[in-house]
Amino acid sequence: MSDRSNAPTAAGIRIASPGRAIRSGTLRKMRRHWQLYIVIALPLLYFLLFKYVPILGIQIAFKDLNAKQGIWGSPWAGFKHFEAFFHHPSFWTLIKNTVFLSLYSLAVGFPAPILLALMLNELKNGLFKRAVQMITYAPYFISTVVMVSMILLFLAPRTGVIDHIRTAFGFGSINYIGQASMFSSIFVLSDVWQYMGYSAIIYIAALAGVNPQLYEAAKLDGASRLQKIIRIDLPSIMPIMVLLLVLNMGQLLNIGFEKVYLMQNPLNVSASEIISTYVYKVGLIQANYSFSAAVGLFNSLINLALILLANFGARRITGSGLF
Amino acid sequence: MKKIREPLSDRVFLACIYVILFAILVIVLYPLVYIVSSSFSSPQAVVAGRVWLLPVEPSLKGYTAVLNNPRVWSGYGNSLFYMAAGTFISVLLTIAIAYPLSKRSFHGRTVLMYLLIVTMIFSGGLIPYYMTVKSLGLIDTRWALLLPQAIAVWQVFVAKTFFQETIPEELNEAADIDGCSDLRFLWSVVIPLSKPIVAVLALMYAIAAWNAYFDALIFLKSANLYPLQLILREILIQNSVDNSMMVDVRTMEARQGMKDLLKFSLIVVSSLPVLLIYPFVQKYFVKGVMIGSLKG
Repeated sequence: MSDRSNAPTAAGIRIASPGRAIRSGTLRKMRRHWQLYIVIALPLLYFLLFKYVPILGIQIAFKDLNAKQGIWGSPWAGFKHFEAFFHHPSFWTLIKNTVFLSLYSLAVGFPAPILLALMLNELKNGLFKRAVQMITYAPYFISTVVMVSMILLFLAPRTGVIDHIRTAFGFGSINYIGQASMFSSIFVLSDVWQYMGYSAIIYIAALAGVNPQLYEAAKLDGASRLQKIIRIDLPSIMPIMVLLLVLNMGQLLNIGFEKVYLMQNPLNVSASEIISTYVYKVGLIQANYSFSAAVGLFNSLINLALILLANFGARRITGSGLF
Repeated sequence: MKKIREPLSDRVFLACIYVILFAILVIVLYPLVYIVSSSFSSPQAVVAGRVWLLPVEPSLKGYTAVLNNPRVWSGYGNSLFYMAAGTFISVLLTIAIAYPLSKRSFHGRTVLMYLLIVTMIFSGGLIPYYMTVKSLGLIDTRWALLLPQAIAVWQVFVAKTFFQETIPEELNEAADIDGCSDLRFLWSVVIPLSKPIVAVLALMYAIAAWNAYFDALIFLKSANLYPLQLILREILIQNSVDNSMMVDVRTMEARQGMKDLLKFSLIVVSSLPVLLIYPFVQKYFVKGVMIGSLKG
């Protein structure tokens, strides 16, 4: 241990009083690393300012904010804003849209990279495998704005490439992005297109670490490729699958504001208005701070409950959770 | 030894995998190729749908229109600044918190780790976040895009795991005995040994900074501070193309063609910096994701 170098002093204190030795030992350790405490001070200040101060700011959800008195001075309003939200005519639409979009995303977006990784793992290392990997990563680098504009360009009625293909086969043109019923599918499938390759990296890495002797043994026992996938590959990526599932569960209601907001238009808004876009519009555009803070807090609390629940479930089922 | 032939069912299974992966390859690649090809075609060919794979009637009209737009230039300049300055600040702060947390002898690290994890699973939400930044006086300043999102907790864990795996505690002890201070050790031993992680962090932060638009949307009001993504949003999504970009276009159809062509070229131009660094850093990129997958 590094404490050895200072052993004589430590022994001297220990003679005086064992209780104090522990405390002054701690203090001495801290003093020995005083430079590191200075190094860490700035990032810690960042977390306090930009992460913890906003958590304290949640109180405005229980207050009637007025500009003069500010966050701390404004009068308390109890659960007024929460009740107003629960009785709001668009409450159930918002919940329904948010939950549906999230679950749809999770149901398609979670297994897709796993399947891609499992398939790639069956191939021998070669040009084709590397090409698939390199090219499927690429869309990850596209920004949300560009991604949405690609969707709009490709799906545009009459001038978009999808419509050109349809008309080439003699079908009529469709305004895809203007139909509420198609919004969620466009959102989810374009997400899979963009992130499948990137999300697969982690599974590919885990699969590369599987002991090759397991495959040899399975081969001798006459296992088919599919059986090897089910009996060897899946169990070996299970811990990572659980970890990512728990993390994804916690983000369930946080589903991307950025992309949904950009894809919104007056025609599809009945399906595309979700909690986060609503908070933005009511809060920052209409400056209704307290009410939208309450809506946001409601959202955060459900997220928290979901991640704790998912973590608990993961612990019970697989014996390992995130925390 | 003779190679055992796989049973028929397995060969069929493998063939199916090849077919599916090939289909995925085409589906991912085609839109990218289509955009690049369209951006080099003529406006008439784009709007008539004559572009399928390769550029038709090659022209640089789209690019000329993009480069003649002062808004695009100002956005590009701003974004390059936000990317460079933001990445610098982020990498510095991330290492400054990850390194002490990676040391077992650093007192208080457990408490601090919990402090970080809490921010990962619970946040104040949009409105308190906005009001905090506002009360700090950062609204409509360049700092609003550099500071509020400076540290990503996930990247702190990635860096911390890396330090734990690569810098043996014994090395620090040896330096300690030789009278090397913690700061000196961090500067002259840890950082030179950590080039891969610095590359990973810089890459991740740089991409995020280049692609971000949300903070700019809520915090910035002056158009001269706008990053490229906000300008793109106006042109690409809100469809506001000003007439200065529509040189000698008369008919409605030609107008539409020019608009679309402009968008394709703009997409290529705006994705260029990120796509250019990708091949060089691909190795680090994969490494970064893998380090993150180890539980810290």
